[in-house]
Amino acid sequence: MNHTTAKNIKETTGVDIDKCYQCGKCSAGCILADDMDYPPSVIIHMLQTDDQTNNKKILSSESIWLCQNCENCIGRCPMEIDIPKVMDYLRTESVKKKCVSHKAKNQLSFYRSFLDSVRMSGRLSELVMTICYKLRTFNLLQDVKLVPSMLAKGKLKLIPESIKNKKSIKSIFKKTTTSK
Amino acid sequence: MKLGFYPGCSLQGTSREYNESVKALAAAFNIEMKTIDDWNCCGASAAHSVNKELSLALPARILALAEQQGFEQVVVPCAACYNRLAVTQYELNQDHNLKSNIEQAIEIPFNNHVKIINVLQFINTYIKDKIADKIKKKFEHKVACYYGCLLVRPHKILEFDRVEDPTSMDELMKTIGATPLEWGFKTECCGASLSIARTDLVGKLSGKILKDAADRGAEAIIVACPMCHSNLDMRRPQIDEYIGKEISTPVIYVTQAIGLAVGITPEKLGLQRHFVKVNIL
Repeated sequence: MNHTTAKNIKETTGVDIDKCYQCGKCSAGCILADDMDYPPSVIIHMLQTDDQTNNKKILSSESIWLCQNCENCIGRCPMEIDIPKVMDYLRTESVKKKCVSHKAKNQLSFYRSFLDSVRMSGRLSELVMTICYKLRTFNLLQDVKLVPSMLAKGKLKLIPESIKNKKSIKSIFKKTTTSK
Repeated sequence: MKLGFYPGCSLQGTSREYNESVKALAAAFNIEMKTIDDWNCCGASAAHSVNKELSLALPARILALAEQQGFEQVVVPCAACYNRLAVTQYELNQDHNLKSNIEQAIEIPFNNHVKIINVLQFINTYIKDKIADKIKKKFEHKVACYYGCLLVRPHKILEFDRVEDPTSMDELMKTIGATPLEWGFKTECCGASLSIARTDLVGKLSGKILKDAADRGAEAIIVACPMCHSNLDMRRPQIDEYIGKEISTPVIYVTQAIGLAVGITPEKLGLQRHFVKVNIL
């Protein structure tokens, strides 16, 4: 048999999903399993089937974007299968194949806005990230109520911090993005 | 030994009181730490979700700079940064091809042997033994020590404390006179980076954590991660909405609790910056 899915995952992440024997501990311990369309053990099982329809379902699922890599699953997996690493792979593939779940668009926008800010100055500016996020998602009013108290508590930095060697960060972004 | 310090971005912004309290504590115990010059963001918690190489290259630049600047050990108070730096170090040491690719991306060759320590390891190594002599006012409160995910997992890489029921923060709390409680959410996730896009889920996940701590009589939740702190503190309205009642239990950084006990002023520790008032001073 030629299990392409498992082989691709192994080659890219080093993780062998075929070791999973469906004990379900990952799903039992996953804090977000209730909110997921497919809990982690089901995702692994669907990937094991090496079926294109299943693969498509997983790549366009909300689950892979809800996962926060809290690593509870790997902490409890008797076979030490690195599910968070598989989740990273699935998210990247989902973006590459342009099948990100519409329910997860905001989470992806958050990640992109975060990285936009880092690309600009080398460090994350919570303000720049929030502005980029609002522009991407049109959630213009979200958290606006927090602004006055954040300012009063000195928690909102208005001028983004910048590193000296911004060129090096731009180059890192360029090299790691084009090598794909 | 030259001790380095990596603050990370949160500690310069919404979690500046964590930075203030780490530095105040280090100063009170005469510990010299030097910030890594020209440090960049480690990429947590966004990069790993969308770009593997980038998620390794950003922390690698920090590790390489630390080495270049002669640091043998680097203190990383943010649990998310600590995790990313430690995981990157491990991954690159496991795979020579990957390491040379990343070295090309960051354009700095490095040995990758700087020791990365989290805030609890820092306190245990440099401060713990000296706390008893410096206590000014015991922190006599019942506390729930909340470790979160990233300080202890993945255990294979971090090799820190116990993965299901860690105790190092509880032990530290005992040294300042506090009573750490047995509770069920020591290492459950607070919702992490869902804070912006899925505030509802953070309300739920952090709500469960807070409710258990409050139900067991905790007067404060003690944390060692800026993301845990902002979710449990700044997202309190969403948490209260999920639980269905207001919970007034404050969330305090481990460095603030110890700082208070050794007589550092609440202002210097940044306690006035929390959203949920610290009502046990």
